[in-house]
Order: sequence, then structure tokens, then C-alpha cells
Amino acid sequence: MGVGSFFTGKLDEAIGWARKYSIFQYPFVTACCGMEYMATACSHYDVDRFGAGLPRFSPRQADVLFVVGTISHKMAPVLKRVYDQMTEPKWVVAFGVCTCTGGFYDNYATVMGIDTIIPVDVYIPGCPPRPESVLDGLMKLQDKIAASTQRF
Amino acid sequence: MDGSAILERLRDRFGTRIVETHDFRGDHTAVVDRPALPDVLRACRDDAELGFDVLMDLTAVDYSRYPGREDGPRFEVVYHLYSLAWNHRLRVKVRVEEDDAVVPTAVRLWPIANWFEREVWDMFGVRFEGHPDPRRLLMYEEFVGHPLRKDYPVGRRQPLIGPRV
Repeated sequence: MGVGSFFTGKLDEAIGWARKYSIFQYPFVTACCGMEYMATACSHYDVDRFGAGLPRFSPRQADVLFVVGTISHKMAPVLKRVYDQMTEPKWVVAFGVCTCTGGFYDNYATVMGIDTIIPVDVYIPGCPPRPESVLDGLMKLQDKIAASTQRF
Repeated sequence: MDGSAILERLRDRFGTRIVETHDFRGDHTAVVDRPALPDVLRACRDDAELGFDVLMDLTAVDYSRYPGREDGPRFEVVYHLYSLAWNHRLRVKVRVEEDDAVVPTAVRLWPIANWFEREVWDMFGVRFEGHPDPRRLLMYEEFVGHPLRKDYPVGRRQPLIGPRV
């Protein structure tokens, strides 16, 4: 850029850009999908490339709630409470088919999709989803974060 | 001890209180009259020749829709015993009616029975007389009914939060 040139942009976009690369996730891991979540988080697939490498184990410090694994009716109030404890802005990722719809656990014990309890931003289907689809879901979440209008 | 010898030993000792015995592919089963159950289980554990020191599993079966057994006693409580010293196994069953679904507890013989019996109560609604802590094990307190009974509707949901369905 030459002398006197300048760069314009919206504050929304700047904040969105910063936020999408600083995702602090809360892994709510209840079942076998956790293994695939760990595979995604480790060096081979390296979720840190997307700025999501630091899971927080307190909902107060997290931006994104990763619900990984089957949620039973007994567990549902706990999940709702964790979600309520997270501070705004917050997003929710339904990881695996059990969290999306209940999966094949169509029975007396299982919640038929966590969106009956809390709002969900990104659904990642699969039983369990491969790391590639997790990363795809993560990128879709990044797009959503970047495009969202910020409230002050 | 050979499985058939175990059954023979139990029949000798308890006579008609052993209702029925059979074996299938090497698995030996004794069906016991309910009042005799504590004595039989204690004998299985304490008889040096039997030596069943491990309760491998304790579960129940609901026969209410089982072909040919709809009219018989509804539940069967099943004990799987194993002897570490002798490396032999035995299955003990006791039959109970639906309106009198009570079985004497085995907690004092094998402490592991505590949680097994709570699970059977939770899933089948068979009560264990003398159990020290007869709460549900897997489902929540507010849950109504016993989900592994054959007449529990497949589609019934009892959510604690969220939409009632």
C-alpha cells in the first residue's frame, strides 16, 4: 500500500475474525464419540490449526459447548445447567448422531436430540463422525461466528 | 466338580426344594423353590466341594410374552455362580409371580448383589426382601414403571426437562 492508503472494515467483521480463531471449547463428553473427539484434537488432525486447541473444563471460560455422545434423560438437567453457566457469546455443537437426533437409541432412557433442551448451532452427524467431518463442522461454525452480528 | 455332579449334590441335599434341573450345552441350571433360595445359595457358597465364591451375574427375565410360558410365573430371577477354586459354574433360577414379585436378598452372601438387585428392581420391579438400600440404580427417582418389563410401552418417554412426549 502506498502513502495515504488506508484499510476500511466493519468492527463486526474484525471481532468476528478474532472470535472465530479463538474458540475455547467445553467438551461435554459422555460416550464413544469422545474417542473421535480426542483423535481430532490430537496432533494428526490438529484442531489447533483452527484456534480451537485449548479445551476449558469450566463452562465459565468456554465459548463453544461440544456435546459429544449420547445424552440420557438423567443427564439432561446437567447439560442444561452447563449451558446456562456459559457466558455470552456462546455456541453449541452437536457432535455425533446421538446428540443430533438420539441416533439408534430410540428408547426410554435417551434424549431424542439435544435441540429439545438447548439451541444448537452446528450438527455433525456420524456414528461416530470422522475427524474430517468434525473439522468441516468446525469450519462451518467459524463461518457462522465470523458472520454473526456482534451485540455490545 | 462336573456340572451334573453339582446338580446331583444339590438334589441330594435339598430334595424336592430343587424344582427342576437341566443342562444345555454344558451349562447346568437348577431351578429352586423360592423359600429354599437363601439356603441353596448359602450352601453353594459355603460347601467346600462347591465353593461358589463369585456371583458373576444376577438378572431377571420377564416371561409374560414368551411363547408357551405366558400363563406360568411371570418372572425368573437368575443367578450365575462361579468358583475360582474349582473353575466350575452353576446357574440358579427362582420363579416368582407378578403380584408377589419378591425374592430374598443375597447381599449378605455376596456384597456385589447389592447393585445387581437394585438394577433388577429398577428394570423389572422385582423386590428383594431384606435389601439394605432398595433404590433405583440406573433410572432417576422420578421415573415411573420398570422399563424392561415386556408391557412397558416402547415409545413411552419420561423426560426430566424438555418437551413432554
